[in-house]
Amino acid sequence: MIVIDTANHISALAAKMARPKVIAAYPITPQTTIVERLAEYVEKGQLDAEFIRVESEHSAMTACIAAEACGVRTFTATSSHGLLLMHEMLHWAGLARLPVVMVNVNRAIGPGWNIWSDANDSMAQRDTSWIHFYCSSNQEVFDTIIQAYKIAESSEVMLPAMISYDGFILSHTSMPAEIPSQKEIDEFLPPFKPAWSIVDEAITHGNIIEPLNYAKVRYDMMLSMEKAKKVIEEVGEDFGKKFGRYYGLVDEYKCDDADYVIVAMASIASEAKFAVERLRSRGEKVGVVNLRTHRPFPYEKLKYDKLIVIDRNISPGLGGVVYNEIKGKVREAYGFIAGIGGMDVSYKDIERIYELAKKGKEGFYLFEVS
Amino acid sequence: MAIKDLPKEEYILKGHAACPGCPITIALRTALKALGKNVIFVIPASCSAVIQSLYPKTSFAFPTLNIAFEASAAAASGVASALKMLGRDDITPVVWAGDGGTYDIGLQALSGALERGTNFIYVCYNNQMYSNTGIQRSGATPYGAWTTTTWSGKKEYEKNFAEIVMAHRIPYVATATIAYPEDLYRKMKKAKEMKGARYIEILAPCPPGWRFDMSKTVEMARLAVETGAWILYEAIDGKIEFNLESKKILEGKERKPVEEWLKMQGRFAHLRVEDIEKIKKWIDDKWEHYRKIYSMK
Amino acid sequence: MKTAISYPTEGAMGKTGTWRVFKPVVDEQKCIKCYRCWIFCPDCAIEIEQFPVIDYNYCKGCGICANECPVKAISMEREGK
Repeated sequence: MIVIDTANHISALAAKMARPKVIAAYPITPQTTIVERLAEYVEKGQLDAEFIRVESEHSAMTACIAAEACGVRTFTATSSHGLLLMHEMLHWAGLARLPVVMVNVNRAIGPGWNIWSDANDSMAQRDTSWIHFYCSSNQEVFDTIIQAYKIAESSEVMLPAMISYDGFILSHTSMPAEIPSQKEIDEFLPPFKPAWSIVDEAITHGNIIEPLNYAKVRYDMMLSMEKAKKVIEEVGEDFGKKFGRYYGLVDEYKCDDADYVIVAMASIASEAKFAVERLRSRGEKVGVVNLRTHRPFPYEKLKYDKLIVIDRNISPGLGGVVYNEIKGKVREAYGFIAGIGGMDVSYKDIERIYELAKKGKEGFYLFEVS
Repeated sequence: MAIKDLPKEEYILKGHAACPGCPITIALRTALKALGKNVIFVIPASCSAVIQSLYPKTSFAFPTLNIAFEASAAAASGVASALKMLGRDDITPVVWAGDGGTYDIGLQALSGALERGTNFIYVCYNNQMYSNTGIQRSGATPYGAWTTTTWSGKKEYEKNFAEIVMAHRIPYVATATIAYPEDLYRKMKKAKEMKGARYIEILAPCPPGWRFDMSKTVEMARLAVETGAWILYEAIDGKIEFNLESKKILEGKERKPVEEWLKMQGRFAHLRVEDIEKIKKWIDDKWEHYRKIYSMK
Repeated sequence: MKTAISYPTEGAMGKTGTWRVFKPVVDEQKCIKCYRCWIFCPDCAIEIEQFPVIDYNYCKGCGICANECPVKAISMEREGK
């Protein structure tokens, strides 16, 4: 069934169909319509879940963690400052091996108050041991949320997952998406089988742990995050077999014969496809690789000679996060920071960035280079 | 129920990490006798988090979820909702938090959980400071008390926290202390039988924090009640009933002099006469306030 | 899958009886079986059989039992006497 709706409403729909038992969420622009729609589903009896109207995002993540520790599937959503407020508990969910699934609507951080999109909020969570997805279309949002549960809850992984997409550009923009039936979703996504639970178990979770034992927990998380690469591809393959849309760690577009490959995420990546079309029509051999997965970082998929990285984020004192993660590992890479604070990044900007990279230039687009 | 008739089963195992003479394990032992094993305890960063001992062992033989300092009531909300969805109304979620994680950093989450009518028991064991991090002042520290962040004595009075909780209009609010185990047991049992949000605050005198000999922990708690520094009461749906010594005091029994309680504690050793007068007045005013409530019944 | 899950174990901190400086000694003649020493022991180190039995493996010697006994049936003696 085709649904034409905003990414936020489609997120709520995907969350509903994943059958979480507990939802705890706090409103923040531009995520609010997700929370509102979920509250509606629950109150109308369309979603059998407890909806905890928590008093902050920190409490939202805590409530989800505690519910998962009782062995139930949960969902939450947030953005920007809300995500930042949860930061402590994001780490907690990872170390507790609780596969919470969360949507983060990318939004710039203040002060001053900026409700438009950039990825600094989710990038600041890259070390929290969460699996990070970035979506480029409302269809991807729906599909990725469903897959995220399967990936996060897989016994080889058991790590939480977040799905980010651009505020307003996707969150409040209607696009068509093919929505499977509940029966098909249930077949694809079985009920949650927790790795541990404190219900009926006289166990203690989280008491004091000495350095060696703690390091073993961290090491195990590292190994699981590595295994997640395989699981993400397997689940993406299974999803394709069942629903006709295949997913992997990255999404490559016209990269096979490309001299330069643009590396981008989320909405910039989908815009870049259009830029690639126009560049190719002018004889430029260029492709785009959409970094659908940022954690675990899919190094193996970026085996190109010349990369043009567009970061919708900045790590002050270092530069664009993705650019710096790649640049030592590939032959040639050019890093651009664009779209900060919701600045528009159109196909024309991407074409301009390509031209700059070809001349060996890089930097903060429009300020250092333009 | 007489002390000798209290259930014999123990849920705390011997060989835990509490200081000798610690009031927390005294309180926890009695509380668990009333609550039984069908519980899920949420414990924030606090002395209780450390008392459990080190991974991979725990001294607590009941389901325990440790959680971040400010988050206990939010975690309890998650547990309560999960249990509801699992159809497990036989399990009681219990928060076991110190005054730090309740009065101060945990207040927001607690207030939210209370306002939402969360189905859980919140127990605050109050040793009137941030004990676990080494005796720093909290919102529960009384006027004049020495702590490592109030070297010349705290300049502010403590919050009347049970009344803050009562302002949330929850079904059950009670105060207790370790010196009256039958009272604590009865209140825990009563809370267990109820639904909705229930709050019990237990005065827990801390030997290293209050600076008194570790053998006097229970005596200190008793003296707090006998001098009126701590008041025992319970409020069912907002209707306050006073208990034991506190009730007798309201009915006319004379309180023991507050000085007797103050001079047993090293944390008050530096007090000047005017500080002692201020403390006495603060306690007198509290009793005036409760006398008014008592006489309105 | 590794995370910080611990299991109930007696003596998790070892034999905490080694922390003691003074140890409680029960005068069985005086005991009136009021159970106060039992309920007030922070370490669950007292059991009441015929009379209070102290588990010296775990008693930390805080002295609360001696302080609370209404008939002074428990006295604190220096360890290693």
